[in-house]
Amino acid sequence: MNMTTALMRLLIFPGLLFAVPAAWFFLWVERKAVARMQGRIGPPFMQPFYDFIKLLGKQVPPRPGVGGMLMKAWPLLALASAGGAVGLLPVLPASGGFEGDLILLLALLEVPSMCIIAAGFSSRSIFGEIGSAREAVLSVSYNVVFLLAILSIAASQHSFRLEALAQLPFSPLQILGVLALLVCLPAKLHLNPFSLPNAEQEIYAGPMTEYAGPELAMWELAHGLEFVAATGLVATLIAPQLTLWWLGALIFVALSFVIVLLLSVVAAATARLQIDTSVRFYWQCTLIFAVLAVASALFMRFRS
Amino acid sequence: MKLWNRLMCYCRRRSPWLFHMNSGSCNGCDIELIASLTTRYDAEQLGVLHEGSPRHADILCISGPVTHNAAQAIRTVYGQVYGPKAVVAIGSCPASLNVFIDSRTLDGPLDRHIPVDVYVPGCPPRPDAILQGVAKAAEILAERGNRQPAFEAAAEKKTEEEVQQ
Repeated sequence: MNMTTALMRLLIFPGLLFAVPAAWFFLWVERKAVARMQGRIGPPFMQPFYDFIKLLGKQVPPRPGVGGMLMKAWPLLALASAGGAVGLLPVLPASGGFEGDLILLLALLEVPSMCIIAAGFSSRSIFGEIGSAREAVLSVSYNVVFLLAILSIAASQHSFRLEALAQLPFSPLQILGVLALLVCLPAKLHLNPFSLPNAEQEIYAGPMTEYAGPELAMWELAHGLEFVAATGLVATLIAPQLTLWWLGALIFVALSFVIVLLLSVVAAATARLQIDTSVRFYWQCTLIFAVLAVASALFMRFRS
Repeated sequence: MKLWNRLMCYCRRRSPWLFHMNSGSCNGCDIELIASLTTRYDAEQLGVLHEGSPRHADILCISGPVTHNAAQAIRTVYGQVYGPKAVVAIGSCPASLNVFIDSRTLDGPLDRHIPVDVYVPGCPPRPDAILQGVAKAAEILAERGNRQPAFEAAAEKKTEEEVQQ
């Protein structure tokens, strides 16, 4: 275990120093793409950065008691775990350092949505509670597909190590798995056909309704980091493993960008579904991907 | 510290988030406000976002000639917006009660209840006038920073007393 490499990965690439500007960039890409699709010009390039700084300078609401402490803790926890998930992505080839496995990465990816659920309930606002309940129902639905798809890829590789997944050979199983993951991403990132938990104007801002100022800034940043982590996970599965590390990193960034663009175009082209329709969509229509992926993984195991 | 303040001022001017409130308006101004956010006028170029929750907002846009029912709600929502904040009165109604003047159902004009920073006159005002008003309010917001106007402190105290009752 090389301590320096591990720290470099967590703090520089693909960790914080890369991930925070990338988070702002992806948030901008999403807003800009939606604006262009609607025939508008859209926000300037630095907009998510301006928003972040402005929110840092707003007044902090007084939050007495244990409930208030919890409300302050949720955005920080979400931010830390989303940042950790980005730091774990196997973008660079292995050279010692901390090698987390797939289970840790999946757990860290799941923590922000848990935090959103908890934040909505601890804010005690009726809109927050509705948003949290929706988020809980939605995450139970899409996670079945999401986890089955990743686990089938892992099973075919006989390994839970992230490096092994990044070096996945091209196969029909990989295509199925990536398709299933892509279908889950809009729900995971609260984008439009499944933007139910934070449904703007419909339930005000969902679990975020009571948050203001610096706490809201942390939520925005955590959402951006979730973008980087979730699209990065798919990008590492698709990207070919190269010996030149900088070329690998470049391809990783380009692939993440394309995935964010794709998600934003889908978000701009669709309207919000009802909660029962979304749940039915995940349980009935996309489960087929996951079942096919698991079946082919088992088949490949028997053959090998 | 000085650099940070200048950066903050710059960012506040470029990211005004709106919360829109109707205080008994005829919907004319509300339609114009939405028109200023959508394709043709595209307020997002100025960093404007239309927020669902007053907690997230910087600028409170109020239309309509403050009815008796709306007066208390306006004070509550004004207290729910965290500072620094600015208020834009959209249309002639909140400024002068317009054609509804002398009505006994009204408790206007708006500045009897909360301090107003920018008035956008018109019945209804055009979307570009609303955009100009919002941009002006963002500038006022950036310059004012966290300093509270005296009226606001008094209004907040009053709201707190009412909540306690």
